[in-house]
Amino acid sequence: MASMANVLGLIFANMHEANLPELTKGRAMASVPFGARYRLIDFPLSNMVNSGITQVGIITKQNYYSLMNHLGMGSEWDLARKTGGLHILPPYRSEGSGIYRGRLEALAGAAEFIRESDAEYVVMADANVIANMDLKPMVDFHEKSGADITCVYGRGVYNTERAMTKTVFSVDEDNKIYDVLARPAISGEMNVGLDVFVMKRRFLEDLIRESECRGLYSFETDILLHKLHDYKIMGYKYENYFEIIDNMKTYYKANADMMNRDICHEVFNLERPIYTKVRDVAPAKYGIDADVKGSLIADGCIIEGTVENSVLFRGVVVQKGAVVKNSIVMQDTVIEEKASFIDAISDRSVTLSKNRVITGSADYPIFISKGANV
Amino acid sequence: MNHIKKECVAMLLAGGQGSRLYALTQDMAKPAVPYGGKYRIIDFPLSNCVNSGIDTVGVLTQYQPLVLNEYIGNGQPWGLDTAHGGVHVLPPYESAAGKAWYSGTANAIYQNIGFVDRYNPEYVVILSGDHIYKMDYSKMLDFHKEQNADATIAVLEVPWEEAPRFGIMSANPDGTIYEFAEKPAEPKSNLASMGIYVFTWSKLRKHLIDNENDEGATKDFGKNIIPMMLANNEKMVAYHFDGYWKDVGTIDSLWEANMDVLDPNVPLDLLDDSWKIYSRNPVMPPHYTGENSKIENSMVAEGCEIYGTVDFSVLFAGVVIEEGAVVTDSIIMPGSVIKKGAVVEYAIVGENCVIGEGAHIGDRPERIEDKSSWGVAVIGHNVNVSANAVAAPKAMISQDI
Repeated sequence: MASMANVLGLIFANMHEANLPELTKGRAMASVPFGARYRLIDFPLSNMVNSGITQVGIITKQNYYSLMNHLGMGSEWDLARKTGGLHILPPYRSEGSGIYRGRLEALAGAAEFIRESDAEYVVMADANVIANMDLKPMVDFHEKSGADITCVYGRGVYNTERAMTKTVFSVDEDNKIYDVLARPAISGEMNVGLDVFVMKRRFLEDLIRESECRGLYSFETDILLHKLHDYKIMGYKYENYFEIIDNMKTYYKANADMMNRDICHEVFNLERPIYTKVRDVAPAKYGIDADVKGSLIADGCIIEGTVENSVLFRGVVVQKGAVVKNSIVMQDTVIEEKASFIDAISDRSVTLSKNRVITGSADYPIFISKGANV
Repeated sequence: MNHIKKECVAMLLAGGQGSRLYALTQDMAKPAVPYGGKYRIIDFPLSNCVNSGIDTVGVLTQYQPLVLNEYIGNGQPWGLDTAHGGVHVLPPYESAAGKAWYSGTANAIYQNIGFVDRYNPEYVVILSGDHIYKMDYSKMLDFHKEQNADATIAVLEVPWEEAPRFGIMSANPDGTIYEFAEKPAEPKSNLASMGIYVFTWSKLRKHLIDNENDEGATKDFGKNIIPMMLANNEKMVAYHFDGYWKDVGTIDSLWEANMDVLDPNVPLDLLDDSWKIYSRNPVMPPHYTGENSKIENSMVAEGCEIYGTVDFSVLFAGVVIEEGAVVTDSIIMPGSVIKKGAVVEYAIVGENCVIGEGAHIGDRPERIEDKSSWGVAVIGHNVNVSANAVAAPKAMISQDI
């Protein structure tokens, strides 16, 4: 059995941003706020830490200021370590490297970091999946199966629009992947890749070198799809709760899922906590006439109005007579007196003035961008 | 090891039992008692130190130090995990001269002269872990320097009728203290010592040694060091403080100080970004309010799940209020569960308690005829209260009932 101390974690901070343009305008996918007090990176990063991984590289491309600010030295994830720990890997790391086009080029930019780690295995993940995932069984599976590459997948029903952002696998009874579809225009029940991969470090290094020589840059198309029969590529089925954030609607749904008690207890399992940056704000304060039901509320909120079926991030203020329903309200947003915010998503630091009404619809929430004064 | 000189070192007296908190301090020292939804009392002096630019803090522990030690850890939550200075827990120790518990506040500092000396400071701030307040010690230190004082004592004007409970200073208009009386029956002034001192270290050091050598004397700042320095004509000045300051040494005052965080008229702003109170974070998801919950006038920390009714209460991290349970005018400390249909009124429930279904803790004063029998009910830490059990007002429960 593999020792997780021998595993290097790599997280791709900027993958899938095209799916969520509104929220990734000024920030990396990995620092998109989620679940009232988290950022998307908290999930893969906490999963790695909870699985025993103590060295993690975060591969960034652009807009990574808010991510660096969030991660700091990594102490909240217990990754401020003398050996290993957290490393942010920006682009242009060496002469000749630059903005990557795909996962393989991104890895080439981090080749030195990968080579210098002493790890036997590498686990790669993106920041677009909400799940409390134990990675150890996947590494064990990889070791036991003798695979070159293990792809973690989940089973679910997807429409064409969502499937077109995914890698879809056909897996035989021995867990071997025998067919790969990259971004297919199909719908129905399918095995979708969760963009979590396990490889031996040496194998990955060779793969990076060879891909560089041949000008290959997409891991999904150039390796998984075109080299399916050259390598032993296995599928590991993830059976627990997961949600892939691939558009605004699923972002909204995944947030709402956290209000389901069973899902919430599974994702925020206190034995395997999801860590995040500590902001040192006081607990939430409820005033006279506060009426809050079925909602997820972070510290630092001040609520004097009505809140239903909503997610309130840190420091949100809901003034007297204001109504927030079926909405996601990000950090430091103020909903002033008698204003209504229904079926909507507000980015950070929005002010909704007195008596103003914002109403979206359940299947198409309205989005108010960062810092807007409505 | 080379120690970089520090201008000022803080020494925080955290070894007291806080016996007047009874069940709440049976298994933890008073400074570790939870306060204000996510804090422990010690967060206030520690955060004040950091916000005042003091980065070297000795925490003197003695009574039940486990919770406190674990809580302070390496000081990271307060930014006190620095390479030079930082927070140091200082328990009593055995030396070649023998072993000795801290026999008083002055003796505790005396036994740690070696610690302070390592930083060769000009000044030492002496603090206690008993009070809730925000204070900029650097301003007090500036005042100490301006006045060219040997000792500066922070004072607060208290109502005259309360003065006999405090150490009382008589001071000239320029702030110079000419008389000190510890808990005087007939106070001559209403300037109460807040238990916050700035000393010029060389002076304090000398008086600590003199006090220690005086075999008959007790070893206490209020009873010995301050009167002794006055008698020796050291320059002692009063530093006036007029912000929020609350001693939380009794059940009633702890309850009141918690209720103060709910009162918009009380000048203790925990949301003020310019003077944050830091605390160790419990790593829990945001709190959840159920479909039938009702929460008003309350403070609710992360990790709580509320399905019942909460009014005028403070809920700490991870508290669960089940359906039909009613919590009013109460403080529920971390990890406690109030089961279905239980009622908690005017009570303090300690950490990790379970209040069984239909149990009734405390009561409202308006329902009690004999007002003298009414008071806040207290359930100690880790206590299970069985279904339908009753704990009367003023009850002090430290074992399962």
